[in-house]
Amino acid sequence: MSEQTLQETAEEPQAPIRVETPFRRFCSEFFESKIATVALVTLVAILSLALAAPWITPQNPYDLAQVSVLDNLLEPGEKAFAGYTMLLGSDGSGRDLYSAILYGLRISIAVGLASGVIALMIGTAIGLTAAYSGGRLDTLIMRAVDLQLSFPAVLIALMLVAVLGRGIDKIIIALVVAQWAYYARTVRATALVESSKEYIEAARCLGLSHARVVFRHVLPNCLAPLIVIGTVQTASAIALESTLSFLGVGLRQTEPSLGVLISNGQEYIISGRYWISTFPGVALLITIVAINLVGDQLRDVLNPRLKK
Amino acid sequence: MTVFIIRRLMQAAVVVFLMSLIVFFGVNVIGDPVDMLVNPEADQAEIERTIKALGLDQPIHIQYLHFLGGISEGDFGRSFIRGEPALKLIIQHMPATIELALVSLVISIALGIPLGLFAGIYPDNPISRAIMAGSILGFSLPTFWVGLMMIMLFAVWLGWLPSTGRGDTAVFLGIRSSLWTLDGLSHLFMPALNLALTNISLVIRLVRAGVREAMLQDYIKFARAKGLSANRVIGVHLLKNIMIPVVTVLGLEFGNLLAFSVVTETIFAWPGMGKLLIDSLLQLDRPVVVAYLMIIVLIFVVINLIVDIAYSLLDPRVRLKDQGT
Amino acid sequence: MLDRKKLMSALAATTLLASPVLAEDLTIGLSSEPTAMDPHFHNLGPNNAMSRHIFDRLINQNEKQQLNPGLAVSWGPIDDLTWEFKLREGVTFHDGSAFDADDIVCSFERAPNVPNSPSSFATYTKGKEVVKVDAFTVHIKTATPYPLMANDVSTIPIVSSETGCDATTEAFNNGPATVGTGPYKFVSYTPGDSIVLTANADYWGGAPAWDNVTFKPIKSGPARVAALLAGDVDMIEGVPTTDIETLKNNPDVALSQGVSNRVIYLHLDHDRADSPFVKANGGGAIENPLMDLRVRKAISMAIYRDAIVDRVMEGVAIKAGQLLPEGFFGVSDKLQPMDYDPAAAKALLAEAGVPDGFELTIHGPNDRYINDAKIAEAIGQMLTSIGIKTQVETMPRSVYFKRASRGGPNDTPEFSFILVGWGAGSGEASSPLKSLIATHTPDKGWGASNRGRYSNPKVDALITEALATVDDAKREALLAQATEIAIEDAAIIPLHYQVNTWATRTGLSYAARTDEYTLAFGVKKN
Repeated sequence: MSEQTLQETAEEPQAPIRVETPFRRFCSEFFESKIATVALVTLVAILSLALAAPWITPQNPYDLAQVSVLDNLLEPGEKAFAGYTMLLGSDGSGRDLYSAILYGLRISIAVGLASGVIALMIGTAIGLTAAYSGGRLDTLIMRAVDLQLSFPAVLIALMLVAVLGRGIDKIIIALVVAQWAYYARTVRATALVESSKEYIEAARCLGLSHARVVFRHVLPNCLAPLIVIGTVQTASAIALESTLSFLGVGLRQTEPSLGVLISNGQEYIISGRYWISTFPGVALLITIVAINLVGDQLRDVLNPRLKK
Repeated sequence: MTVFIIRRLMQAAVVVFLMSLIVFFGVNVIGDPVDMLVNPEADQAEIERTIKALGLDQPIHIQYLHFLGGISEGDFGRSFIRGEPALKLIIQHMPATIELALVSLVISIALGIPLGLFAGIYPDNPISRAIMAGSILGFSLPTFWVGLMMIMLFAVWLGWLPSTGRGDTAVFLGIRSSLWTLDGLSHLFMPALNLALTNISLVIRLVRAGVREAMLQDYIKFARAKGLSANRVIGVHLLKNIMIPVVTVLGLEFGNLLAFSVVTETIFAWPGMGKLLIDSLLQLDRPVVVAYLMIIVLIFVVINLIVDIAYSLLDPRVRLKDQGT
Repeated sequence: MLDRKKLMSALAATTLLASPVLAEDLTIGLSSEPTAMDPHFHNLGPNNAMSRHIFDRLINQNEKQQLNPGLAVSWGPIDDLTWEFKLREGVTFHDGSAFDADDIVCSFERAPNVPNSPSSFATYTKGKEVVKVDAFTVHIKTATPYPLMANDVSTIPIVSSETGCDATTEAFNNGPATVGTGPYKFVSYTPGDSIVLTANADYWGGAPAWDNVTFKPIKSGPARVAALLAGDVDMIEGVPTTDIETLKNNPDVALSQGVSNRVIYLHLDHDRADSPFVKANGGGAIENPLMDLRVRKAISMAIYRDAIVDRVMEGVAIKAGQLLPEGFFGVSDKLQPMDYDPAAAKALLAEAGVPDGFELTIHGPNDRYINDAKIAEAIGQMLTSIGIKTQVETMPRSVYFKRASRGGPNDTPEFSFILVGWGAGSGEASSPLKSLIATHTPDKGWGASNRGRYSNPKVDALITEALATVDDAKREALLAQATEIAIEDAAIIPLHYQVNTWATRTGLSYAARTDEYTLAFGVKKN
């Protein structure tokens, strides 16, 4: 992305009062939107809270020695047996929800990011290969993508987790397998349209190397849709993980992600213990919304064609 | 064009065959249905009788050959737990799901396109921002949670809509459906909306992105410069162009809808294929799971084929490229 | 909102009053759906419950699983190897045909032999020869004395020799063969959606209270409760424990509760010196401490059953000290639930040479028993606090039961320490003793669910003796004695008995059943 910005700065130099670096330019454009700014700040705050979880929570919810079933189903603000206050209440097993949410955030974000990044890299590489090579390889790859997409993500993930078993690594594998094809398809489609445009032909005629054409011209043009798909998919990776938990094949019960917390809490909704699924749900929501808003703004900033 | 279609058909056949391999062997490594089926009080002899009755005493590749042989005669196997042909069960459950998916698709389009157009044409309007924020919410909420919240709100607190299940059905134009009765529609609304949430957001985003791209393109500028009315520009030129990605994605999403109905149908006790699948999966009713997945593959392959052909009609370059290779 | 509903139903009632017949309809939300209408197809709880509406047995089980006359008016052994059943006269099937001994003979023939049956009734019919003596007398012969004859016979649904005995499962599902003598007649079966029955006005036991009964499967617990609150159904089974408190305070809802025949217990590896999920502190090998009675006792003492009952089960369970709750046949009156005593537990661990505990993984299902995953977690917390560092691993039952029974090498149980439950289908203690405690002997059909591979010749001998004793009092004493030895040896560690809860709209009540069945004819208007 910085390449793209570089290019543009070079193309339309402005009269700077202070030195205009590509990064500053990028920042100033990004922070034009108040919503995006708030979202970014929120996202950074959430990430820091998640990272700092062991030092700012009263309980390690993954250590069974610190969790007691005698503390279960406490309402927000009630005191735990060990003396600390459960700010957001506790769940059915006695986990302090505030602690569990911060620890759960770590897992959910890690799962979402890891699977998103891996799927993006694999999918982009495959999609570009398909678009750029054409011919039999393209056909083969696209049939593989079809094969993949003929299975809705939730089903692939469900099957894989059922076969592989539980655990963070397995969930990530399942999510990557379930999602790479979306990236590949998008990248290929955009790349196909791009490579049929005149400027690519011109670039080829100029004798530019394949790599140069792909990385400097085709790929940057795929960025906007990739970012849209990427944010959507990262968000849906997190949602998918919670869906798998809802269906009973997600992460371990004793090391809950936000998804597991929500699905554990869903059985309490009618009985009025709203906090068990509401607070993790809100945390999940804020996280995903923040990711998506940031992604949205990134797209607007990075897409050269949307600039005035 | 014919060559293009024949090529695609052959590719589709290969896809279906490969999927049958993956599905059959994939499903057959999960758990052991015998432990799920046999009454816990049963002894070893009864367990062995069951294994034989279900054909599980055969090696897996023989089971697969039986399965392939059956498919060629239209037999997808027999449900372990219900003893009826898997295909019959799925077909029994299919109308409910298709009904749900269709209504949800209609909701996505009916809500998504106008909202997306608005947000794309007036990007700086506060309402547009609200629409976009809403679309992000649509992606962010886990389906099952929204479903439960909807039940709480509309069925338990407000008492406006029935909480679960499918309503009365009636026959109209030779089709038995709950779309034709008021009771049926009232049962349908919540699950369909629940299922549509993600797609509404998807359509909004696609349409908005398409509009914003198109607005900057020369032909729209020309059209405007020519003095065409804004409505005509939007209605004819803009919509036509942004419909390509919308059709593609919704085509792909229809298969997804059928599958995602697994979650929605579980929450709303909707008697469709998705619920059949999850029940069968939890009870390890392998023949039904395999048959279901194969049918989803078939449906998807057909949809994909149609989308490809439609796409090639709308954008000849794709067809030319495919033929050229 | 409920007022609105009431208003609506009041309006509906007024319109109904105008019509000549006031139909009394009942709609029931089921947690699990029967897999077929063929009563012999699948020996499974929901199927057996449903078939009881349409098909009678020779002997019916009441809500406490005690045996009552059904199609047989009297029964008893006439010698060591023969039982005589006198049949009820004047009973007709739903299609008007008369009931007689031929129906019994052919039903017993069909029950174990349904094609493609995933779980047949062979367990109950095997070794029994059914002989028609006259139109209303039947003899059942066995090769050895068989005291559980009446219990076994009470499980076999009687179909009609004319329409049912040669029918396929499909014919039952579609209706033509679903003709019984029971209180309700079959109307329609739409898998996944509904099962509709209508009253059999000519029922020999008197016309049933409800004219039309509709069963709707609603698998999700909260959705089931919501359906009741919204008035879509009149009654639900399997009320989630978390919602019981709320429903109790709701004036529109009435609850019916009863203890079940299901005990939730822990099975421990008695057999392998090197058990796969038992490790020394730090992860090294250790000689399986679970083989030491003191360690098993310590584990039982470390479990705070009151906390499980009060906190995890929200009060809806009864702490357990043996295999069946009191009141069942063969229960010992000497056994009490183990008292919670973590200090004594630690002392026992020290005495057994593991003062600092060890590492253990508890495996359990997460979709089989009420709150199963949470119970496993609570056990993990409690054991960790006495030094047995416990990991908790729960999984769907589709994966769990195979691994628990046969997941290890040579089809041995894979796990070391598991959470399981056992419902005594026969309603007496020989069922859990034979399946869970008796030495694992596949040929004999014993110890089929003995996943801890407990083996005690003394217990085996008592069970053998009991199963050959026709005298009820003697047999009951033998079963109780076997239970006492097994429990004192900590063959298994009982946790609690499940209590089942049904919720109805106000004005109805349900006679809670120990076998967990939901039966429309158990629903009464107050």
